[in-house]
Amino acid sequence: MARKILIIDDSAAIRQSITYILNQEGYETTEAKDGQEALDMLPTLEGIELIITDVNMPNLDGISFIRKARELPKYRFTPILVLTTESQGTKMNEGKEAGATGWIVKPFSADKLLGIVRKVAE
Amino acid sequence: MIDGFKETFREEAEELLTGLEGILLELETKPGDQELLNAAFRAVHTVKGSAGMFGFEAIGRFAHDLENIMDRIRSGSLPMTKGFADLALASRDHIRTMLAADDAPEPDVDARTAELVEALRAYAAQVPAPPEAEADPEKAERPEGKDAGKGSSAEETVWRLSFKPGEGVFRSGTKVLRLLEELSTLGDCACFPHTENIPELEKLDPETCRTSWDAIIASGSGPEAIKDVFIFVESESELSLDKIEEAAILQEREEPKKLGEILIERGIITKAAIDEALSSQRRLGEVLVEKKLVSKEQVESALVEQEHLKRVQERQVDTGAASIRVASDKLDQLVDLVGELVTLQARLSQTALGIQDSGLTGISEMFDRLIAQLRDNTMSIRMLPIGSTFNKFRRVVRDLSLELGKDAELATEGADTELDKTVIEKLGDPLVHIIRNSLDHGIERPADRISAGKPRSGTIRLSAMHSGAYVLIQVADDGGGLDRAAIKSKALERGIISPGADLVDQEIDQLIFAPGFSTARTVTKVSGRGVGMDVVKREIDSLGGTVLLRSERGAGTTITLKIPLTLAIIEGLLVKVADEFYVIPLSSVDGCIEIKSDEVVERDGKRIITYRGELLPFVPLRTWFDSPGEAPEISQIVIVNALESRIGFVVDQVIGDYQTVVKPLGRLYRNVRGLSGATILGDGTVALILDVNRLSQAVKRDTSGRTGRDEALHDA
Repeated sequence: MARKILIIDDSAAIRQSITYILNQEGYETTEAKDGQEALDMLPTLEGIELIITDVNMPNLDGISFIRKARELPKYRFTPILVLTTESQGTKMNEGKEAGATGWIVKPFSADKLLGIVRKVAE
Repeated sequence: MIDGFKETFREEAEELLTGLEGILLELETKPGDQELLNAAFRAVHTVKGSAGMFGFEAIGRFAHDLENIMDRIRSGSLPMTKGFADLALASRDHIRTMLAADDAPEPDVDARTAELVEALRAYAAQVPAPPEAEADPEKAERPEGKDAGKGSSAEETVWRLSFKPGEGVFRSGTKVLRLLEELSTLGDCACFPHTENIPELEKLDPETCRTSWDAIIASGSGPEAIKDVFIFVESESELSLDKIEEAAILQEREEPKKLGEILIERGIITKAAIDEALSSQRRLGEVLVEKKLVSKEQVESALVEQEHLKRVQERQVDTGAASIRVASDKLDQLVDLVGELVTLQARLSQTALGIQDSGLTGISEMFDRLIAQLRDNTMSIRMLPIGSTFNKFRRVVRDLSLELGKDAELATEGADTELDKTVIEKLGDPLVHIIRNSLDHGIERPADRISAGKPRSGTIRLSAMHSGAYVLIQVADDGGGLDRAAIKSKALERGIISPGADLVDQEIDQLIFAPGFSTARTVTKVSGRGVGMDVVKREIDSLGGTVLLRSERGAGTTITLKIPLTLAIIEGLLVKVADEFYVIPLSSVDGCIEIKSDEVVERDGKRIITYRGELLPFVPLRTWFDSPGEAPEISQIVIVNALESRIGFVVDQVIGDYQTVVKPLGRLYRNVRGLSGATILGDGTVALILDVNRLSQAVKRDTSGRTGRDEALHDA
């Protein structure tokens, strides 16, 4: 089973650390540096079973990305996690409304990230 | 592991801070530029978000203050001034210093941090902050609390969890079964899915979640840990968690805990002291206080607990007795048996009358009353509130109004009106169709409604109420009403009426029930099942009900279904032909007239009578059913409302109305047209129940003679 996860964040450091944590656990990962890049990648990607996206990003923010991704039949039911900080409680609701599955609060530990990933990924 | 990314973060932060510097300088010249403000906010936000991840907690906290102000500036609740530009630049420089210091505590750096934070907060304080809709930090933190909760209590508690996810739960990418799997990792867990809300396959929308679950879980984790499993779906789901351990124990007890027991459990007093106190006859609490064995407060507190436990126990008992589930075929059997009893009782009372024994008559009369009660009771068991089907209609209205670009709501009334369960099941499809029609043809488009001076959103009112032995179900819309001109021209086009036919409004309205009439030929999606109002009428007829329609141009249409409360017992008119008895459902009887044998007019081989100024065909049941003997000089004609028209049946004698238990005919007679069942009369005679609609159809086809009739009778 291809357990592939798409990570979207404008911070390379965050992307790399998430990638590292997930790779350790045997997940395959793909990275995108903002919502637009990710959206352009979506149609050609295969076997994505989870998307983790930041909220605040240039070009296309995370919430708009989720809305657009949900319009694609292929990604209607793909779990999507939103990376957020405590100061953005309203973003959680906005994310849920846009079609997000859940959220990960920054900063997070490897265990916490994996716990949430296991909770929502197939 | 984190260390490896520290360098990346530092480089990235350097880059962001350089960018921020440029943005802040540009902002000085263009203070209101939203793009620039957003970019500045984003840069600080990213630094803040990542800082905590890579061990720069102090930077995270500091950037948080800066970010807050920038957020308020970009939303316009704080001004962008030269002073802030200076402060922001100084803060930016300071973050660089902190980055270089590697977050190690350095007195100089810390002092500068405190200084800047104070300055930032002073700036923020010039305009009071709006109430922070922020946060929910608690919610965000809860996944942490979960781990804490897990280890804290070693003792296992049994919980009852009821989880009903929102219908749209799949659309947020949630894998519901994963949640239940996760739940089962917390302890010994048993799940019971509730699937009764899942519709039949053809109506199933796989993207809608209609299942809910009950779970019993014995877990050492606290309630928070259990609820945290559902944290992502909490807001859209119905979730309840009850501790049931105490309830389970209580159920086995015959009475609630006694005050003494509670006091002993709490270690306030010993059993010996209680026993001694009990030997005096006064109230235990008073005695104990008086003897200074316990304080008054301790007693009162224990009494509160006793009260609470009593309530819990009562609740348990209540819910236990509130309802039981029984297989419906057992119920059907019960109804059958009661039907037999009713029949037998009728025989008993007749026999008793014949024997003229006062003792026996007394018993028979008491028996009669008891059986009547038993019958009513049994019938009421089969009754279900119709409201259970209302939700389905709400969904129909919602989906369809979206599809049609209309704005409509479903208002319901009388959801607790009870009806026989079989009837409710059979009502579903006709009602869906009527509601679809109301939306499709009745409710106007929002623009049309507004120009007609109506509220933008249309209302379809679905109501149910009792009326004697019937239930009236109404579907009323406040739409445009029937377009009679369109109906008439359509009926002409379909050949349902002849050109030049002079019809009153009511007759035109009735045309929509004519077979083959459908004004919405092209609308495939909505009326797409090829079902017309004629099918609705037929289905309601088969329930022994009637359909009434009232419509006012511009004000809306109301369709009323009059449905008998139950199918198992019907009100009938008992008639006699030769030595045979027949029952005609009273709901379709229009009237009775007498006819002398010499009054019969035959026109082209058809027998016609005049009834209330109308020429009606009639059929002697004697010839139809080949009954022996000659018709009496004066016969009775029962006029019935059949499917499309009225028709008369000639019988020898009308005996009167008769409440009867319907028995299906055996398999051998399943294809006999014109008979819907049989019933057993008080003296043991079998009476056949006429199926008025099919009988009249068969009669119509049989205008040419006996061959046709035989065919119609046995169309196996």
